[in-house]
Amino acid sequence: MITFLTFKIILVALVFVITLLVAAYSTYAERKVAAFLQDRIGPNRAGPFGILQPLADGLKFIMKEEIIPVVSNKFLFILGPCIAMMTALMAGVLIPWGGTLTIGGETYALQIAELDNGILYVFAVVSIGVYGIMIGGWASNNKFSLLGAIRASAQMISYEIAMGLSIIALVAITGTLSLSEISAQQAGGTGGDWNFWNVVYHPLGCLIFIICAFAECNRTPFDLPECETELVGGYHTEYSSMKLGFYLFAEYINMFISSAVISTLYFGGYNFPFMNDLGLDQNMITIIGTVVMFAKVAFFIFFFMWIRWTIPRFRYDQLMNLGWKILIPLAVANVFITVASYLIFK
Amino acid sequence: MQLTNRSKLVVKKEMNFWERMYLPAILGGVMITIRHLFRRKSTVKYPEKTREISSIWRGQHVLKRDDKGAERCTACGLCAVACPAEAITMTAAERKKGEENLYREEKYASTYEINMLRCIFCGLCEEACPKEAIFLTDRIVTTDYSRTGFVYGKDKLVEKVDDRIDVTKRQTLAVQEFKQQKQLSHNK
Amino acid sequence: MTLNLFYFLSFLAVLSALMVVFSKNPVYSVLYLIITFFTIAGHYILLDAQFLAVVHVIVYAGAIMVLFLYVIMLLNLNRESEPHKSNILKFAAVICAGLLLVVLVGSLKGTEAIVQQSGKAGIGYVKTLGEVMFKEFLLPFEITSILLLAAMVGAVMLGKSEKTNDTI
Repeated sequence: MITFLTFKIILVALVFVITLLVAAYSTYAERKVAAFLQDRIGPNRAGPFGILQPLADGLKFIMKEEIIPVVSNKFLFILGPCIAMMTALMAGVLIPWGGTLTIGGETYALQIAELDNGILYVFAVVSIGVYGIMIGGWASNNKFSLLGAIRASAQMISYEIAMGLSIIALVAITGTLSLSEISAQQAGGTGGDWNFWNVVYHPLGCLIFIICAFAECNRTPFDLPECETELVGGYHTEYSSMKLGFYLFAEYINMFISSAVISTLYFGGYNFPFMNDLGLDQNMITIIGTVVMFAKVAFFIFFFMWIRWTIPRFRYDQLMNLGWKILIPLAVANVFITVASYLIFK
Repeated sequence: MQLTNRSKLVVKKEMNFWERMYLPAILGGVMITIRHLFRRKSTVKYPEKTREISSIWRGQHVLKRDDKGAERCTACGLCAVACPAEAITMTAAERKKGEENLYREEKYASTYEINMLRCIFCGLCEEACPKEAIFLTDRIVTTDYSRTGFVYGKDKLVEKVDDRIDVTKRQTLAVQEFKQQKQLSHNK
Repeated sequence: MTLNLFYFLSFLAVLSALMVVFSKNPVYSVLYLIITFFTIAGHYILLDAQFLAVVHVIVYAGAIMVLFLYVIMLLNLNRESEPHKSNILKFAAVICAGLLLVVLVGSLKGTEAIVQQSGKAGIGYVKTLGEVMFKEFLLPFEITSILLLAAMVGAVMLGKSEKTNDTI
């Protein structure tokens, strides 16, 4: 029991640190990817290739003057970024980062908490995340902030529905809501016995889920809550110093978690091809699997940035049209098509 | 008349289903951006590496002295007239006895100012000057914190006697040949 | 441990529910209501109903309260523009709430026998819930879904602009 507890505590600390590290380096990666896609070099002054840039940015955020507007609601103004950061960090608990490790005769799963309905928990946390933006935007007492907050809430509620519907087909066929079980089901078969990732069976669901994940993370082309050209900074117009840093950090953490969820649900999670045919030790497979998982997550984070520098922002009515008139009916159709074809070809 | 074959006739037609899905178009855009990831970067890492500039590049002005160290400018005002940005102002003064080694001719510019914020570095002052007094050089006008700092007076414009600024490289071969002809009054 | 947790959650639930009523600022009211929903979700977890707890958070705290907050933010209610309520209205409200309390207490008094059943392992899992819903309570479940569908169609009808004059 004690060893189990220490393992969990170590895992929690590790996931926490890795999440923050990934979020910090996502800011660096964002600038680098943006630069490279635009034939530039990007930050290259702090350290070799600029890899110390996140430290410099973080230091800048902490050292900057903290401004709380006089007309703002001070308590809620501080509460907003706290909620955003907290909810962003909470979702990482459910992700299975790897298989099982056997140390000294005991097996440990590389997952902080195993819940019977893990996906729903992730959805719940995501749906709470919008409060950080709303409260912050309202408490700033600024019209741009309020508009950003209102846009954020409307957008997130609209796309949550499509997101929820898009995974119903997946849940119906895998027969479980637990993320670790969904991961385990996508394990590679042995000896030429093929077992594909879920994306092969649910291409449409995967597409809808990814689009909705973009919208939930407020990433371009769905970055209406904070679009600079229309709303100055949207909900974080009035924020400065580390409170602004928290909002930006929360966005990158959300991106990290979304990437992890996408790769777990549709792209095999910690599984990699031929994992059972190489004749490796179980611990070795787990370690490689974790590395593979992070590689997949890194790819999806790159994908988020790639799309950001390719597709321009939607207009607000286009956003709502896409969410309500296209994605939701498509998601419903996806449920019927997938389940029907499963029943036919089973 | 068609000048190039790059122009494209814009036709606003109804999009078919495939086009209305937008996914192929998005895929196309994504492919374009990913191709740029592997392109050669056009950035020049400035302080370590400076971009090569043309030999006739037009930078900060200089007011030349003649071989004996006397200022060539006679405050005729042609440069100020020629300047399209109206960046040049000057006041003329008469040379006194004993100043012959300071100023080449009887009239000289007691003040001569170029506003570097107005200057467009077109080089028309250089062309207008009948005395070969003003030249544009390959030096860069440095930044400053105030606007007044950009109004360059004689202290910054006139070259030092012991630190001449070489402008021969900026002159074309034809000009240099022309200068060799000492019989012309211009070159005396 | 569980009992202490129950008392803590109940205290928090009652406190935040009272704050919903007593806070002057409507935005604060909504935020306290969200806390109340969270404590109720905690109660569900104590009763081994994880699915219900998570769905409660998603639907009530995550969607419905966001809409509440949305509307209140748009209305821009503050102390100056708060509509003044007359004493008769307050009196009527107290009577109504009191009657509701009587009804609730009366109905809960007769249900003590059912509460005893909980404690079965896995009673709150999705599988168990689904089996109960699609076998035992199929008809009420379907009727509820039809009700929701009707409400949705009605909302669409209300939201649709009338096409009497196209050129406005």
